[in-house]
Amino acid sequence: MKLWEIAHSRTGDKGNISNVSLIAYDIKNYELIKEKVTPEVVKEWFKDIVKGEVKRYELPQLGALNFVMYDALGGGVTRSLALDKHGKSLSSYLLDIDI
Amino acid sequence: MKKIRIGTGAGYAGDRLEPALELMEKGNLNYISFECLAERTIAIAQKAKLVNPNKGYNGLLEHRMDKVLPLAHKHKVKVITNMGAANPQSAVDVVCKMAEEKGIKGLKVAAVYGDDVLSKLDRYKDAAVWETGRPLAELDGIISANVYMGIDGIVEALKNGADIVITGRVSDPALFLAPLVYEFGWDLNNYDLLGKGTLIGHLLECGGQATGGYYAEPGKKDVDKLWELGFPIAEVSENGEFIITKVEGSGGVVNKDTLTEQMIYEIHDPSAYLTPDCIADFSNVTFTQMGKDVVEVKGASGREKTDTLKVSLGYKDCYIGEGEISYAGPGCLERAKLAAEIVEKRLALTNVKFDELKVDFIGINAIYKNSDRNYNTPEEVRLRVAARTKTKHDAEQIGNEVETLYTNGPAGGGGATKSVSEIVSVASILINRKDVEAKVIYKEVL
Repeated sequence: MKLWEIAHSRTGDKGNISNVSLIAYDIKNYELIKEKVTPEVVKEWFKDIVKGEVKRYELPQLGALNFVMYDALGGGVTRSLALDKHGKSLSSYLLDIDI
Repeated sequence: MKKIRIGTGAGYAGDRLEPALELMEKGNLNYISFECLAERTIAIAQKAKLVNPNKGYNGLLEHRMDKVLPLAHKHKVKVITNMGAANPQSAVDVVCKMAEEKGIKGLKVAAVYGDDVLSKLDRYKDAAVWETGRPLAELDGIISANVYMGIDGIVEALKNGADIVITGRVSDPALFLAPLVYEFGWDLNNYDLLGKGTLIGHLLECGGQATGGYYAEPGKKDVDKLWELGFPIAEVSENGEFIITKVEGSGGVVNKDTLTEQMIYEIHDPSAYLTPDCIADFSNVTFTQMGKDVVEVKGASGREKTDTLKVSLGYKDCYIGEGEISYAGPGCLERAKLAAEIVEKRLALTNVKFDELKVDFIGINAIYKNSDRNYNTPEEVRLRVAARTKTKHDAEQIGNEVETLYTNGPAGGGGATKSVSEIVSVASILINRKDVEAKVIYKEVL
C-alpha cells in the first residue's frame, strides 16, 4: 500500500530547508505511519535530493508528522537550479512510499 | 462578547483579486490583510527604488486599490498590507491620490517603515550568515537589508485612526495579529494570546491555501469550484478563541485537513514557531468541524519572544542560464540523453565556466530524482539544462547550446526555449531588537 492511500501532504520552504507534512486521513492510521515513516526512511527516499539531516516532529492529536529536511533545496529557493525551486512537489513524492 | 472578523486579501504578491473583493462585499469583515512580500521581492523592489525614488512598492498596488478602496470605504473594512515593500511612503502617496480621484473622503492612510537596516550593517560585520556560516563581512554585493518587524508599527497606526496601513517588511502573521492586539487591547506580555493570534495569522497568510486551494486531489480530496475559490475569514473572540470559515457559496472547502496542511506549512518545530512578537506553540492545536466550512481552532499558545530579529539580505549572486528542448516517440529518452551529452561536451569545448550544472529529463526525473528508480519508456521527454555562472555571457551559452541542437542533432528535437536570469539571492542574519524601531507616518484625504 502506498502512503497516498491513507495520508496527504504539503511542502513548505524556508531558505535551503524543506518541510513536508504527512497527515493521516483517518487518525486511526497515525500510529501506522509513525511506525513506518521514520526520519531514516524519508532520508533514504530523498537521498539524491536532501543532502542534510531529516528531523521529525509529531502532532498526534492531528494524526500528523512534520519532516524537516536540511540542505534540501539545491542551495535555497533564490539560487537553486531545480525546476521546482521550492520543492513543492516533494510532498506528492513522499506519498509514493510503499508501506 | 466582542468579535472581530479578519479576511485574507492576498496570499502572495501576484494573487487573484476577486476573492478579496468578494470578502469585502459579503464577508462582514472588520479587517482585510493582503500579504504580498516574498523573501526576495523586497531586494528587487529596492533596486527599482534606486532607479526611481518614487517606485519600489508592489507592482499591483494600483490594480488592487482601484477596486479595494471603494469597497473598503463603503463597507468600513480596514486594510492592512505589506505592499509598501521597499517604499511604503510612496505607496501611501499613490493610494491617497487614487482616493482623491475617486472622491473618497475621510480616509487616513499610514506608512509603517523602519525595516530598512542597510545603514546599520556596519555593526554586524561579524554576524554569522545562516546560509554560509561565514561572517557577514565576507558577503559581497549586498543591495538590501530588511528586518522582519513585529506588530508595533501597525498597532500604533491603528491607534491613531488609520483606515489603511501600508508596511514594508513585517512578519506575515503580524498583518493579522496587529488588528487583534489593537481591537482587544491584548497585553504585549500575554504570550498565550499572542501565540493564538499568531496561529490565526499563520493560517490566513497564504490565502486560499487554508480554504481548499493547493489541496485538491481528484478522487481523494475533491474540492468544489476551485475557479471561484473563496479566501479565509477568521472570526476571533477577545479570549483568542476563533473559527476559520469563508463566504457562503464561494468555491473551496474549510475542514480539519485543509487547516492541518496549512498549519504545518513552512514551520519546523511546531512547539517553537519564532516570530518577532512571540514564540508561538502550535503543538497542541485541535480543529473541530462546527458546520459546513466552519472549523473551530483551539490549543495554540506562546512564550516570550527572543532578543533578536531576522534580517533578509538581498545580494547580487550569480546568473542562471537555462535551455530546454523536447523529444518524442520511440527512442526519445536515448535521443534526449545524447542531446545532453552533446551540450555538456560543447560547453567544455567552448570553455564556458559554471559553478554548477543540472541536467533534467522532464517527465522522468526533473522533480524527483532517485538513482535507484527504474523508469518506463516515456512517449515524450523534455531535456532541461541549467547552470549557475559568474558572467552573463556564460549563462547565455547554456541556452544557446541547447538551441543549436535544432539543426545539429539528434533527430526530432523541437520546442527549444532559452533564458538568462540575473539572480538576487537572499541570506539571513540576526540583529539586536534594540537596533530596530518602527516608524509611522500618516496622510489624510479630507
